[in-house]
Amino acid sequence: MKQNLAMKKFFMYFFLIITSIMFFFPFYFLVVSITNASVDITRGRLLPGTHFMENFRTMLETTILTRSVWNSTIISISQTFLSIFISSLAGYGFEVHKSRGKEVIYNIILLSMMIPFAALMVPLFRLFGTISGLAPGLGIDTLFGVILPYVSTAFLVFFFRQNTKMFPKELLEAGRMDGLSELGLFLKIYIPTMKTTYAAAGIVTFMGAWNNYLWPLVILQSPRNYTVPLVISAMGSGYTIDYGSVMIAIFFTTIPTAIIFFVLQKHFVAGMVGSIK
Amino acid sequence: MSSEHVVPKKKKMGKLERNRVIMSWTFVIIPTIFIVLFYFYPMIQAFWISLHTGAGINLNFTGLDNYRRLFNDQAFIRAMTNTFIFLIFQIPLMIILALMFSVLLNQKTLKYKGIFRTIVFLPAITSLVAYSLVFRYLFANNGIVNQILMFINLIDSPILWLGNPFWARVLIIIAITWRWTGYNMIFYLSALQNVDPGIYEAARMDGANAVQQFFKITIPMLRPVILFTSITSTIGTLQLFDEPMNLTGGGPGNATTTLSQYIYNLSFEYTPNFGYAAAVSYSIVVFVIILSVIQFRVGRERK
Repeated sequence: MKQNLAMKKFFMYFFLIITSIMFFFPFYFLVVSITNASVDITRGRLLPGTHFMENFRTMLETTILTRSVWNSTIISISQTFLSIFISSLAGYGFEVHKSRGKEVIYNIILLSMMIPFAALMVPLFRLFGTISGLAPGLGIDTLFGVILPYVSTAFLVFFFRQNTKMFPKELLEAGRMDGLSELGLFLKIYIPTMKTTYAAAGIVTFMGAWNNYLWPLVILQSPRNYTVPLVISAMGSGYTIDYGSVMIAIFFTTIPTAIIFFVLQKHFVAGMVGSIK
Repeated sequence: MSSEHVVPKKKKMGKLERNRVIMSWTFVIIPTIFIVLFYFYPMIQAFWISLHTGAGINLNFTGLDNYRRLFNDQAFIRAMTNTFIFLIFQIPLMIILALMFSVLLNQKTLKYKGIFRTIVFLPAITSLVAYSLVFRYLFANNGIVNQILMFINLIDSPILWLGNPFWARVLIIIAITWRWTGYNMIFYLSALQNVDPGIYEAARMDGANAVQQFFKITIPMLRPVILFTSITSTIGTLQLFDEPMNLTGGGPGNATTTLSQYIYNLSFEYTPNFGYAAAVSYSIVVFVIILSVIQFRVGRERK
């Protein structure tokens, strides 16, 4: 019996260690590769090299890349703030002032979660063509055009409504006594109380925006407007690839999401899992 | 105070209260307008476009011709087959792996839990484009994966991961599994934390072994979460785009081209044919609805 248990334990750790090595290997390869020359990367060299500074310099000199980091930062941050603000308005409105009419609207909104983005690609592109004609700053090939389809998403509305169920509504009563308007209640009481929900929603939104590929690819045309994934994709799939600078670009553009994950792990998991509670 | 109670509720809802109700509707309407504008309106428009044909913006009405064309379009059938191959093999593989990890990492006696959990989850923070490229280099013909496989004598000559249709599909499945297993594991782990350990205790008393416990307790308890993750994974895989685009380029031939990629190619790579692309995109909508309904039925019935 005891031997059996030891065997079980051995297999358990064996399985976990082997799979962990497999899951971690691409990260190890990435980190090692940023110090190696292109030739060594294609040969699959697994030891650190001496080309870090050279790769780093090439990366900084790739202006399209540095520019894209700026674009992605602006897009991700504004998309995060805009969409969590607008979607949380609905979360508040649906849950605090319930009515039958609102339930109908809510259910229709949820239906949009079933619409695959691939199906929206063509009509959205045409819609933004029209928007370009009316307001060129919001249409095709603009940073704002990347953000617009995401300023309000069914997922975030759902997420905020679910979390608002836990919101202590007595706080609102107190606010009403003080003569706060509905917007005042939302800004001064709801938002501060729901900080952790905002943090969780913000993280999920930021990660999605930072890594988004298909829609920016469709709507952005001039390289100076490209986001990080577009530039990395272009750098990594050309005919003459400088593997060293691709790897170092991947490494440095993954750092923001890695920091978010390690620093805000709790909120991050809450943002993922909170939606199914 | 008491006199206020006598006043009928309707009248008490004076101007102030009415303003609040109007405000609450405004709160709801603003986000709804955006969702209608950017999701429902395009969806309806896509159907209208799908009834038209022509290059670029010169569209002529053709009725259901585009939908008829789908059945004879080899490229469409190929893209659909590929998408379903990924769906059928990758999702069960990933869910089983994620369940295994979550059960193992939920054990109280296990050491270094945090490290294992972090490592398995870490892929989920990477961008799809970035990890696809890293995988492309890892699995190059003379890349490190082939070298390792040859070193441990699993294979004699390098596998042409990117050049052979079969292995290219396997590579896509490996890649997606690497990226999403930890992500799904987190859902199961958090659900397992709500399972009363007493149930396992009782099962052990009744002589149930680990495998029986897994199938008789863990899976039934996690059924709602498994349902949730399988539906989201299905919707995700039906839209698969970033990986075939950056890892295999859809190739070799069209061996790994997906429906999303085909729509993209029809709209922006080949001579733009928005009408036909819209018809293809409606096929994805139909698949999403059918598969979600099936999974929902299966997920509920067995309970």
